[in-house]
Amino acid sequence: MPSFYEIADQLHSWLNANFNPTWVLIIEMVLAGVAVIGLFAVLGLVLVIMERKVSAWMQIRLGPNRVGPKGMLQSLADTVKLIVKEGMTPSGADKFLFNLAPYIAMIVAMLLLAPIAFAGNFQLWDINVGVLYVSAISSLSVISVLMAGWASNNKCSLLGAMRSGAQIVSYELTAGLSVLAIVVLAGDLKISAIVASQSDGWWIFKGHIPAIIAFVTFIIAVTAETNRAPFDLAEAESELTAGFHTEYSGMKFALFFLAEYVNVFIVCALGATLFLGGPMPLHIGNWEGFNHAMDYVPSSLWFFGKTFFLIFLIMWFRWTFPRLRIDQLLNLEWKYLLPISMINLLIVTAMAILKWHF
Amino acid sequence: MKIVPVKKYISDVFGAIKSLATGMKRTMYYFTHHKEIITQQYPDNRNTLELPERFKGEVVMPHDENNEHRCTGCQACELACPNGTIKVIFKNELTPEGKKKKAIDKLVYHLELCTMCNLCVEACPSDAIKMAQTFEHSVFDRSKLTKVLNNPGSKIMEGVE
Amino acid sequence: MYRETDIIQSADQSPEGYMIINVGPQHPATHGVLHLVITLNGETIKKVEPHLGYIHRSIEKMCESLSYRQFIYVTSRMDYLSAHINNHACALCVEKGLQVEIPERAKVIRVLMDELTRIASHELWWGAMAMDLGAFTPFFHAFRERETINDIMEETCGARLTMNYMVPGGVMHDIHPNFQRRVKEFIQLYKSKIHEYDELVTGNIIFQNRMKGVGILSAEDAISYGCTGPVARGSGVSSDIRKVQPYEIYDKLQFDEVLETGCDSFARYLIRIKEMNQSIRIVEQLIDNIPEGDFQAKTKAVLKLPKGEFYTRVETARGELGVYIVSEGGTTPYRIKFRSPGFSNLSVLDKIARGGKIGDLIAMMGTLDLVIPDIDR
Repeated sequence: MPSFYEIADQLHSWLNANFNPTWVLIIEMVLAGVAVIGLFAVLGLVLVIMERKVSAWMQIRLGPNRVGPKGMLQSLADTVKLIVKEGMTPSGADKFLFNLAPYIAMIVAMLLLAPIAFAGNFQLWDINVGVLYVSAISSLSVISVLMAGWASNNKCSLLGAMRSGAQIVSYELTAGLSVLAIVVLAGDLKISAIVASQSDGWWIFKGHIPAIIAFVTFIIAVTAETNRAPFDLAEAESELTAGFHTEYSGMKFALFFLAEYVNVFIVCALGATLFLGGPMPLHIGNWEGFNHAMDYVPSSLWFFGKTFFLIFLIMWFRWTFPRLRIDQLLNLEWKYLLPISMINLLIVTAMAILKWHF
Repeated sequence: MKIVPVKKYISDVFGAIKSLATGMKRTMYYFTHHKEIITQQYPDNRNTLELPERFKGEVVMPHDENNEHRCTGCQACELACPNGTIKVIFKNELTPEGKKKKAIDKLVYHLELCTMCNLCVEACPSDAIKMAQTFEHSVFDRSKLTKVLNNPGSKIMEGVE
Repeated sequence: MYRETDIIQSADQSPEGYMIINVGPQHPATHGVLHLVITLNGETIKKVEPHLGYIHRSIEKMCESLSYRQFIYVTSRMDYLSAHINNHACALCVEKGLQVEIPERAKVIRVLMDELTRIASHELWWGAMAMDLGAFTPFFHAFRERETINDIMEETCGARLTMNYMVPGGVMHDIHPNFQRRVKEFIQLYKSKIHEYDELVTGNIIFQNRMKGVGILSAEDAISYGCTGPVARGSGVSSDIRKVQPYEIYDKLQFDEVLETGCDSFARYLIRIKEMNQSIRIVEQLIDNIPEGDFQAKTKAVLKLPKGEFYTRVETARGELGVYIVSEGGTTPYRIKFRSPGFSNLSVLDKIARGGKIGDLIAMMGTLDLVIPDIDR
């Protein structure tokens, strides 16, 4: 079975044989762009239907079951509805910023896809500060939320945006510190190097309890960072009607919606890469036969399997817990998560220096 | 500022995690046990849907095979109705003996005004009207909700006074 | 006269940094058409001003033109979640005027229906309460039990929400042959599921943090604002009409008046959860002991109350409902006044919400268990 890496490699050499290097670069960029947009569309459809099914089963309902086989085309029908719907702009809104905000949300999500390793050796851009790049770009997403909330000229939107600002700035810290724990263990910021360091076992197993603590704090922090329940204070349906996107409708709303799901995908992909070995198969110590069998499973399947497991975890949170209050949200970060992850980072560093990990 | 002892801090964290895990266990149970699903597939189960015989859907007047009803036109239902839903319109019929007899021409029923309180059925002395188990009442035109309960050409059953 | 623009203008006159937000009349958390004008300083609430009248249907005036049999059905539309209990209060008041002694069987059926309604109402409240706090799943779980009660109601009374089952002199029909079996099935279902309520919501650390210590209503305030029902009992004020002034057969039944002294939102939450258990206890006592006999006392076709004033009060799922009838001796009441529990309970919102956050306001509104048609009538 040909891997993604081989397909990309063959395409690259074929293009090099037929075109001059400048054109090859341009064509490859366009292809990558199309692939990213295609991935976005598919992810949006898949994740929305997944969320609806997960929520339905947890709420002892059936969920969508009318459009397509077992309701699987429901999100496609919803997309068509959103496309043909009128995209309203309120008369009191700052029109430029109002219309710009959803695109910023999308662009940030797109930029984040660049260093993710979807399969073995299959990356758009293997930048040598990959983890730092992801941390830096993901904090930009707050700009789109603030912009939307400010430009809507609506008090509920403004409150939602301000909450989102406070929230993302705080939770960036914990997310960064948890990621740093793995960077310390792996000794590299490059995504491909972090993946390679897990070829003999994932960091969540190799790193003992500190790695598990880092994993838990990471999951909590990214749930907050992507504005998902129980940290969905920026939207907070029962308090602020819909928070920062109260005034959005049609495709502009759909872009926010899509960006949320793509952000969830990306943070889960990052979590899978850092803690669960990304495209690396599950290897257990000296079990040669078992390890060999695991190698037959394609690396892309490993990656997506782990990512969707984490996405399910985040959805599971959403459909179980009530929402926090804004002061409790900040308390949780500054009084619990930040001290815990800081001490944890110290322990991890000591572990890395003393070579206590496997 | 209140300083929380380290021991309490740690037990707080573990207590919180335990309470969250309990909730997650419960939702996971329902996620994996699809037999617990309680929703009904409404338009699909229309044929098998059985409503209890007392269900108050709309007022109807049963007729027998000879197109005869039991309504004497006593107006008890019209008086009992709180909303003016029922209107009895009379006509004069000639009995075989040649005497004029009062009988109903139309029993007009406004479904759009009806609150299904069952007071008319309770008030009826000759059991001429009853509640039907229908519930799909939506129509495109409001005038369709004004119904005449007695069939055209129907007459009162023998022996009902 | 009140105009919409008044609210917007008053925003300019408010102190620097204050923001005025209209919560409602269309808002996901007000469960209806309640309109709250809240003054905020950042996220902190400085003032809450409820505006009523969006669903005022002048039920009291309507009742004046309806006969004593007819006006009962309208009261189902006040507090639609405890429709049976509303009807019960009216029927009791009319019976008081008529001096009718109703059969024992009717009394037992009425109490059974009241308690089932109370459970159904608290079930819905529990789901909606959790939804106000952002947890959607409990809402559907609550409906599993609530629908079972609704099915029982549908079978015996013919309707699921506005049953109109209580009539002066008893109840409209006898109970359905399946009634006892299905109520027992429900009790079994309820007992097998009630622990899930604690797992999902009550024990949850996020939920407890949201509820404990917010919305403090002292016992003095609860009394002076006229709060009744679970809101007053959450502050330790004994106010259960079933105990204070027993009607029907409540004085012969074994049940406890649930009291909490927490005075906060969590206390009010616990009251309702424990009240469901007490209602189940009452239902269990009665379901096998329904006496034989008539289900309706003989009354005249046209009811005429003697000249005078009649007042009865009952305990609905929300608190004390009073029915006050002034009769001039005719077939229709001269004047009817309902003392609804929701109105007094809403008035306390400004008192308890000040100084809290927006999220707290929503949680407090949830614990007050407001039904807007009950407030406006």
